[in-house]
Amino acid sequence: MKQQIIVSGLGGQGALTLTRLLAEAAAALGLPVITSETHGMAQRGGTVISMIKVGPFRGPLIPAGEADRGLFLHPKNLAVHRFYLRDGAAVFVNAALPGDYRSVDARSLAAAHGLPAVAANLILLGYAAGQGGVFAGPDLLVEMIAAKTPERFREASLRAFQAGLAAAA
Amino acid sequence: MQTKTSINIDNQRILMGNEALGRGIVEAGVTLAASYPGTPASEILASAVTYAKETGAELYAEWSVNEKVAFEVALANSMCGRRSAVSMKQVGLNVASDPFMRAAYLGVKGGLVVVVADDPGPHSSQTEQDSRFFAMFAKVPVLDPSSPREAKDMVAQALELSERFELPVMVRPTTRVCHARQNVPCGTPVRLDRPAKFDKDPRRWCATPVFVLELHRGLNDKLDKIAGVPEFAPQLTAGDGSYPGACIIASGVAYAHTGDWLEELGLLGRVDFYQVTMPYPLNRDFIHTVQTRYDKILVIEETYPVIELQLADARVQGRTSGLVPRAGELTPDVIRPVLETFLELPARVVPAPPGGGDRPTLCAGCAHRAAFYGIKTAFPAGIFPSDIGCYTLGLNLGAVDTCHCMGAGISQAAGFYRAYAAGGGEFPTIVATIGDSTFFHAGVPALVNAVFHRARFILVILDNATTAMTGHQPTPQVGFTATGEHGHPVFIPDLVRACGAGFLREADPYDLPAFIDLLKSADAYCRSPEGGVAVVIAKHPCLLDKEACKAQPAYDMGITEDCTGCLQCLEDFECPALSLDETDGRVVIDEGRCVGCGVCVHVCPEGAITANTEGRP
Repeated sequence: MKQQIIVSGLGGQGALTLTRLLAEAAAALGLPVITSETHGMAQRGGTVISMIKVGPFRGPLIPAGEADRGLFLHPKNLAVHRFYLRDGAAVFVNAALPGDYRSVDARSLAAAHGLPAVAANLILLGYAAGQGGVFAGPDLLVEMIAAKTPERFREASLRAFQAGLAAAA
Repeated sequence: MQTKTSINIDNQRILMGNEALGRGIVEAGVTLAASYPGTPASEILASAVTYAKETGAELYAEWSVNEKVAFEVALANSMCGRRSAVSMKQVGLNVASDPFMRAAYLGVKGGLVVVVADDPGPHSSQTEQDSRFFAMFAKVPVLDPSSPREAKDMVAQALELSERFELPVMVRPTTRVCHARQNVPCGTPVRLDRPAKFDKDPRRWCATPVFVLELHRGLNDKLDKIAGVPEFAPQLTAGDGSYPGACIIASGVAYAHTGDWLEELGLLGRVDFYQVTMPYPLNRDFIHTVQTRYDKILVIEETYPVIELQLADARVQGRTSGLVPRAGELTPDVIRPVLETFLELPARVVPAPPGGGDRPTLCAGCAHRAAFYGIKTAFPAGIFPSDIGCYTLGLNLGAVDTCHCMGAGISQAAGFYRAYAAGGGEFPTIVATIGDSTFFHAGVPALVNAVFHRARFILVILDNATTAMTGHQPTPQVGFTATGEHGHPVFIPDLVRACGAGFLREADPYDLPAFIDLLKSADAYCRSPEGGVAVVIAKHPCLLDKEACKAQPAYDMGITEDCTGCLQCLEDFECPALSLDETDGRVVIDEGRCVGCGVCVHVCPEGAITANTEGRP
């Protein structure tokens, strides 16, 4: 089992949360995992990228044209980070408008469910998981969210994930 | 080199490299850890605190006022026979270089591990200097982990080596190790139970020059021995003879990326491939082997040619020969064409990165934005030296002209004044900005110097009551230590007064008109006959502190039809909650990002931004 995933967003959109959840899910499946994250100044609203490599990899970075999956928290990041994806990679985008990718309007969904805008990250993950887009199934991801999210955010996080899952159906 | 296809999760955790280092510090029986925060090293100390609490291990931890202080505190604990750790980013070692260099000569008693995180790229630093080179300069052994898992193991190895030879030992992770996350086996901390025991030995601990020469000779002898220690010799993944006379030598995360490529290309086990875990001192037998067994040698290392220089062999291809780029991070995409050239492989065609993306910006509601806007408005022709932190982003607002190193903004302001005042004519208003944590770190000596020498400039201390950029570590003024205990607070106004500044005012920059007036009166002080350095403390908490954000009024902001689309609020104020609506040419407010601070009301020349003082519904 090998799967290489990029998570692209803007600082503050919750790319790190998705990265950690996917890493925990891999470990729960008994799969080796290594990830790479953006910290520091870029977290102040700048363009950020995380990489998740599931399987027997040594290094944390994904080369250009090698990622199997892309989760984009903002459609404008497609222009910046799409080159990491291989031909035929599945691309999931938080976007109001459709395009040459699978889109979910996570921001509107968040508002409709009374969730804060930052919950768009878990809506996107739920949507991608519902479409069979990541190595971990929805049930396992729900388990990870429940286990790894601080209590005060747990209920909202689970609702966000379920909203994304429902949108994928 | 083994990577398993499945893992036993019982004792494993997903740890970030810095968490793994913190865990390693606790598991190895370290009793004192000191640090100053800086990306990419910031999370190491807090992780050590977390794991010490979780396991009940004895650990004193502190956010020291700067890296030099951190090093010296840890060094003395080590001189008492107790294991110690100090962590910092690479430019932090510049600050700690004085005690670091001498510690090599005088040595240690209890193990001292010096974790220095490098930032090839750089991603979040003012240089991409190689701390392994610094270790070589100081004659200190250095270990170079390629992953979080190795980083954790190397902490214990470094401490053992440190105690065996009575030398500090450096562990040098890079950003891609510090901020990688991986499944890492965790164990139980060792308990060493070593009460403090300082053996007085003036010839060593206060060595005068007459003893230093002997200590230097002793240091050289230690390094000769360490260069022969088999546990730290490079690890070979042997080839099958397909590439006779050729070898690839790599270290750090560049080794991991090279290994991934060799595996994907089916070349792992076909060409001799070495991992250097201790780049300095490079194993003596290894140097001999490379020089005699191979005639085609590739070295892949970040960021300077440390291994290359020790191989001292003109046949080596790498950073010096130019086959490996002489600057920049060695990502898989940089390493791949190097391997293709060296192994004579067909070139892989990949899309080029298009670049672009959003630059970082101060957060919506950040009081630094208000302060910078006020400074730029009060003194449109001013010179604005600044410093290291979130507020460096003031350059987006045209209110930061220099950013050099910690504390430099104050000294540079004094230097700018000297340069302009030299002719005896008019000098521009000079406004230095520095954050609260940076002021404690390196600003105080610079201020003493500027006041004493009668420099004339305004110093704005941007006091947001935290070290925001690196993850909100407390400052001495906040009053909490790294372990959450009450410290004895040290207040910035007291410090400023003690530095001799003759003008000191505090203000909240949210009240922009009053803040601008205050800056103008500060300027008048600077220019008065008895004037000098005027200090303004711009005080407002960082809003990433959710409690602080909740505690302030949130106005219901609106844009009226008077908006002409002049873009002043976007270009000169750059609040991320404001953007241009292309359809009607007016500015719109993003309700999801706006915190209702109300400062932008003062910015619009048309008065088109409104703040409903009733607050949000």
